[in-house]
Amino acid sequence: MTDLRKSPIRVLVAKPGLDGHDRGAKVLAHAMREAGMEVIYTGLRQTPEMIVNVALQEDVDVICVSVLSGAHNILFAEIMAGMRAQAADGIPVLGGGVIPDQDIALLKELGVREIFTPGASLTAITSYIEDLVPA
Amino acid sequence: MRQYAGFGSPEETHERFAYLLGQGQGGLLVAFDLPTQLGYDSDDPRAKGEVGVVGVAVDSLRDMETIFGGLPLEQASPSLTMNSAATVALAMYLAVAEQEGVPAARISGTTQNDILKEFIARGTYIFPPRPSMRLTVDLIEYCTTNLPRWNAMNICGYHVREAGSTLVQEVAFALANAITYIEACLERGLEIDAFAPRLAFNFSSSCNLFQEAAKFRAARRLWARLLRERFGAKEPASWMWRAGAGSSGSTLTAQQPENNIVRVALQALAGILGGVQSFHTAAYDEALALPSEHSALVALRTQQVLAYESGAAEVVDPLGGSYYVESLTDQIEQEVNRYIARIEAEGGMLKAIEEGRAQAEVAQSAYNYQTQIDSGERTVVGVNRFQDQNDPAIELHRPRPEIAEAQIAGLRALRRDRDNAAVSRALAALENEAKGSGNLMYPTLEAVRAYATIGEICNVLRGVFGEYQAASY
Repeated sequence: MTDLRKSPIRVLVAKPGLDGHDRGAKVLAHAMREAGMEVIYTGLRQTPEMIVNVALQEDVDVICVSVLSGAHNILFAEIMAGMRAQAADGIPVLGGGVIPDQDIALLKELGVREIFTPGASLTAITSYIEDLVPA
Repeated sequence: MRQYAGFGSPEETHERFAYLLGQGQGGLLVAFDLPTQLGYDSDDPRAKGEVGVVGVAVDSLRDMETIFGGLPLEQASPSLTMNSAATVALAMYLAVAEQEGVPAARISGTTQNDILKEFIARGTYIFPPRPSMRLTVDLIEYCTTNLPRWNAMNICGYHVREAGSTLVQEVAFALANAITYIEACLERGLEIDAFAPRLAFNFSSSCNLFQEAAKFRAARRLWARLLRERFGAKEPASWMWRAGAGSSGSTLTAQQPENNIVRVALQALAGILGGVQSFHTAAYDEALALPSEHSALVALRTQQVLAYESGAAEVVDPLGGSYYVESLTDQIEQEVNRYIARIEAEGGMLKAIEEGRAQAEVAQSAYNYQTQIDSGERTVVGVNRFQDQNDPAIELHRPRPEIAEAQIAGLRALRRDRDNAAVSRALAALENEAKGSGNLMYPTLEAVRAYATIGEICNVLRGVFGEYQAASY
């Protein structure tokens, strides 16, 4: 897939909020690089505002947000609001982490494109992104 | 049987602790929420959505008074899960103990106070590694001088493993961190036998029964040899390996969550067979949400079945002499020694952390592990084999936003009611000492007694020490 593209897919992997569990974020960043994508990882404790700004500055195709602290509803709501305020809501936002089913529906209503929970395979996520971003 | 739990508000935490103490349970494990662990007040913009979620919110001495006031503190022996702001949490607890009239010599409990693993794995760092080490040693030194019954540090392999390390890396990084702490304490002028008996460990336990049991056996040997041979300890208490372990949260699956009950039982059995002193069993819904009341109860019952029905805890080292476990133990011991030797040859643990090498090595192992699952080389039941589309719906714990509202109202009242001139004086004294080289436990205690908040205290230290920015990945 990737060799048909003029330029590699650019992905922002972001950790909002205070939780320090970034194993998933780092593993995913590694897998995306293996799949030929360009990955910017924000590091821990980014505010929703910082994430939106980095996404715009880096001109990314996709934003992947990882939350494991239970604060996902508030954090995703602020990120999505920030994206709309900056007229950046054309950039798809994906989520990952410990997120219960009933909240997944809620987050999708907010405009989060897809949520990947523990157990999702790396290829499932990278293929999803390759299908999502037009070549 | 130690269970980690946070109860949202200080009032609920108090009620829960009063109940547990009434049932005869001591050794209360205190989970703090993330803002508290990171030195932010509950009304800080960064705390939004996180107040009282993963543990209790403690902004000032007043919250600690609410939690512990009126309880039999000598029996409570709390374990305070704090690292970057451990000095503040300990100071708050000591101030409550003073008010309750408990003499310093009789105050017991534990501070996690293992900052190096926060940089490698868990992420609740505030200050850069070197000033963080100063605070760590300040706490140990203070305990050695003033609190003979306080366990100053709990060195954690657990979080390194959960961040994706191998079993060998888990032990190697925990011991390399321990070496770094011990050397810093010796440099401060402490005698090895004065503080080594106050250091304990916390490891992870996965489902591979014999490997995990062998790991615990190897760690016990490694610690004893390290303390006797390298650091010249004279007291057996210094080289006695005190360790708790917990079920590996990262092995628990969101798919078919009830399978996790079996995984947790195997992990706890490995801990018993390997001779750990205490074990924390995780709740089966850990991969889905914070534990519900039901899942937390099943976790406790799992321990009770193992303790009272299995017979596994009735004998010391039941696997000793098994050709398989003995050879695994030798092999792990050798590999850990080689790993530590390499870390030291490359300049030691602090340097490995500052340069991001330790973090990168763990991240590489995490990636390898995940690709093994994705390729099917490693089986995870219900995830890459034996899947079931009809996962049962389970009852989940829900966060409660009203906890944050009450906490913030209390904080505002405190800032209005306290003697703010006294707070400013205490914070100025803390800043002065931080710029110098004295032990910061003493001015921290003064600031806490004046009802300075954890955010105010940590902001003073942020101003002097700066904040750690992780190496980009």
